[in-house]
Amino acid sequence: MEVEAAKMIGAGIAAIALGGAGVGIGTIFGNYLAGALRNPAAAASQRGTLFLGFAFAEATGLIGFAVAMLILFG
Amino acid sequence: MATPEHGEKIIDPIHQFVIERLVPIHVGGVDISFTNSALWAVIAVTCASLLFILAPRNLIPTRLQSVAESIYELVYDITHDVLHENARTYFPFVLTLFVFILFANVLGLIPYSFTVTSHIVITLALALVVFIGATIIGFIRNGFGYLKLFVPSGVPVFLLPLVVVIEIVSYFIRPMSLSIRLFANMMAGHMMLKVMAGFVVMLGVTAGWLPLVAMVGLMGLELLVAALQAYVFALLTCMYLSDAMHVDH
Repeated sequence: MEVEAAKMIGAGIAAIALGGAGVGIGTIFGNYLAGALRNPAAAASQRGTLFLGFAFAEATGLIGFAVAMLILFG
Repeated sequence: MATPEHGEKIIDPIHQFVIERLVPIHVGGVDISFTNSALWAVIAVTCASLLFILAPRNLIPTRLQSVAESIYELVYDITHDVLHENARTYFPFVLTLFVFILFANVLGLIPYSFTVTSHIVITLALALVVFIGATIIGFIRNGFGYLKLFVPSGVPVFLLPLVVVIEIVSYFIRPMSLSIRLFANMMAGHMMLKVMAGFVVMLGVTAGWLPLVAMVGLMGLELLVAALQAYVFALLTCMYLSDAMHVDH
């Protein structure tokens, strides 16, 4: 197998990690919405934690994306 | 996509991260050239300093003063929520970190500029300062009692060896996760923008507006991510410093 083909396949497999990021971000925001609809007064106080959780979930997914890009172009 | 064929345009999202020497300076075999990364870091520091110096100090804030006060208040809230009585000691450090990362991230969104924080060496330097600093502060404040950080309370004794190993590993992962989180977000975001821009050119006039609309959305997302990553870095710095001072979490 040529190096170029192996790089493409490797990058494709590494990009699967972004699926986990999507699930994680959806879970966090879904739980925030469910809690906010039950207790709207307390929703504003947790907005900081919401964005913090979003950043963590996004980070793990983007590490996979960065690996894919590094395989493909680095 | 990575290899050009018969003159078709290639999408090259990695070229924007190449470091170029603007003013080559070699001192005794050591390369300390003034690079484009250094230039944009200087621009970020200059903009941040100008913001805080030129903002008036009126009783009724002007727009520029409101921006400066919002940034100050955000970092003030972070430090005082996490480090209660020690917030004053570490507030200048956390504010500097936050403002530098914020300005470096946001200035990187200007077309044809260079994102300083998209290189692992820069984010690793920042993360190592935080990690080594917090470790030294922890040992100075608590002596060898700082090692109690690895033994959380309320753990059954038979689980203790496993939990201690996991805690030690997760402690040493801190600088890696801090630096990689910031660098991967910046690099991935800018690569996505470049690839989408390549699609606009490749699709031409007929369908090129569709990726263009996506790029508008992506640019908004990148602005959010730029500010958010600065906030997360500052917040995690405060949490590591708080761990260093009150070892019982």
